[in-house]
Amino acid sequence: MIFHNRNHAFDHAVRSEITPRQTYLDRRGLIRAMAGGVAGAALATWATRDAMAQSAARPGKLAALPGARSAVAGAVTMEKRTDYKDASTYNNFYEFGTDKSDPAEKAHTLKTTPWAIEIEGLVKKPQKIALEDLLKLATQEERIYRLRCVEGWSMVIPWVGYSLSQLINKVEPLGSAKYVEFITLADPRTMPGVGSRVLDWPYVEGLRLDEALHPLTLLSFGMYGEALPNQNGAPVRLVVPWKYGFKSGKSLVKIRFTEKQPATAWNRAAASEYGFFSNVNPEVDHPRWSQATERRIGEDGLFAKKRTTLMFNGYEPQVGQLYAGMDLRKFY
Amino acid sequence: MTAKPLLFLAALLPFAWLLWGALTQNLGPNPAEALIRSTGDWTLRFLCLVLAVTPLRVMSRTPALARLRRMLGLFVYFYAVLHMLCYAWLDMEFVVADIVRDIVKRPFILVGFLSLVLLTALAATSFNRAIRFLGARRWQWLHRLVYLVAGLAVLHFFWMRAGKNDFAEVAVYGAILAVLLAWRVLHAWRQRHASVRPRAAT
Repeated sequence: MIFHNRNHAFDHAVRSEITPRQTYLDRRGLIRAMAGGVAGAALATWATRDAMAQSAARPGKLAALPGARSAVAGAVTMEKRTDYKDASTYNNFYEFGTDKSDPAEKAHTLKTTPWAIEIEGLVKKPQKIALEDLLKLATQEERIYRLRCVEGWSMVIPWVGYSLSQLINKVEPLGSAKYVEFITLADPRTMPGVGSRVLDWPYVEGLRLDEALHPLTLLSFGMYGEALPNQNGAPVRLVVPWKYGFKSGKSLVKIRFTEKQPATAWNRAAASEYGFFSNVNPEVDHPRWSQATERRIGEDGLFAKKRTTLMFNGYEPQVGQLYAGMDLRKFY
Repeated sequence: MTAKPLLFLAALLPFAWLLWGALTQNLGPNPAEALIRSTGDWTLRFLCLVLAVTPLRVMSRTPALARLRRMLGLFVYFYAVLHMLCYAWLDMEFVVADIVRDIVKRPFILVGFLSLVLLTALAATSFNRAIRFLGARRWQWLHRLVYLVAGLAVLHFFWMRAGKNDFAEVAVYGAILAVLLAWRVLHAWRQRHASVRPRAAT
């Protein structure tokens, strides 16, 4: 007979081990489909074909940038992708203006060649890496991530890139490095919004080193099988799928390894509204709106019920352990 | 005078445009946000318009303009109600408990809600019998609350934009309303200090 002892952590599911309801439901759906036998098999072929057709269709706007299948857990959601048109015309990129339509209209002035990222701070090998070399640094993978904006809307975007850890390991952070700071381009000549006083420029974001090393944290060069459009952060950006969108800096020019937590742009502008972590969390409201639900752009009809926002944007099984024991209300 | 029916139709144009956009899915990637924001914008615009009637009337010496004021005022209310309905429906899905919690929790929603309550009082007393019933003086006192509504509406907008530190548009509405209010204060002061003559209605 087994006696359960409350002190035995292994007897209890920790939060990150509990299967999210959605995954559980998806699994049931899969089992049901399998149980369909012949019908299930037919369905599977059809679904595969459909999925392939989906990934094959390129918008045909920019240079092709194919991505290999990713082996990283949680890297490919099966949800319906957002239309390229919506993903490339409804953007927050304040360097080009605060309206969602501003970036698509104005970002054509951004000059993305030549481009390089400077690596500095607490690393063994500080260096300046040209975009051409960055592109070849690791295998480009397709990562289909949910994107949850702090404003309460979401998308599903097929990014192309590789885990940021590939780059980090190459430059060898020192033991004293605890944080990674991402500095983005602020060029008043090509970015009309940089003159505004909305934020302090350049736009700076940051992650804890373990967050930056997480395989889901993506250094992205493309989306929808093509190079990134300027308005989406060309030529290279960050994508951190379990955090609100603004944590994923666009048009990166510098990556700095630090001991102290970086002062990030939104945190400096409104600390009570945007914390350093800014993990997607349905339980911690933004002071001016609830974060419990979201509207999926282009998919949910105008009068459809909003969908429930998932803890860590649904990536809790993969990233929950990074925050074990932390009070997420305090460290929002 | 045909100005009134024409203005009536013109004032309905934004509504028609939004309705058409909603039905034909032409409001961009986030139609709910577009509807909530544009109905709010139009409420502010009509508020500026209605408050501009009297200064325009006096300065241009066109007494006939007074005939348009009530209708424009009711359009402020019309767009404010639409704004509230869009919020309550598209954002809150008509869950009353959520709406009440939102009003209590978020100052900017509370301020918006307060202005709507005040506007309701003004709209409800906008017809001739209400004016007779209240008496001109009391009615006028009540309807001066529109300045409070204007202040609250700008505060509501200011708070909504505060998170983005983006006050350009807020400043435009604030400036227009401030100028209109300043004109009235100045106008009233001049009249009080002018020699004894019948006061023009403000």
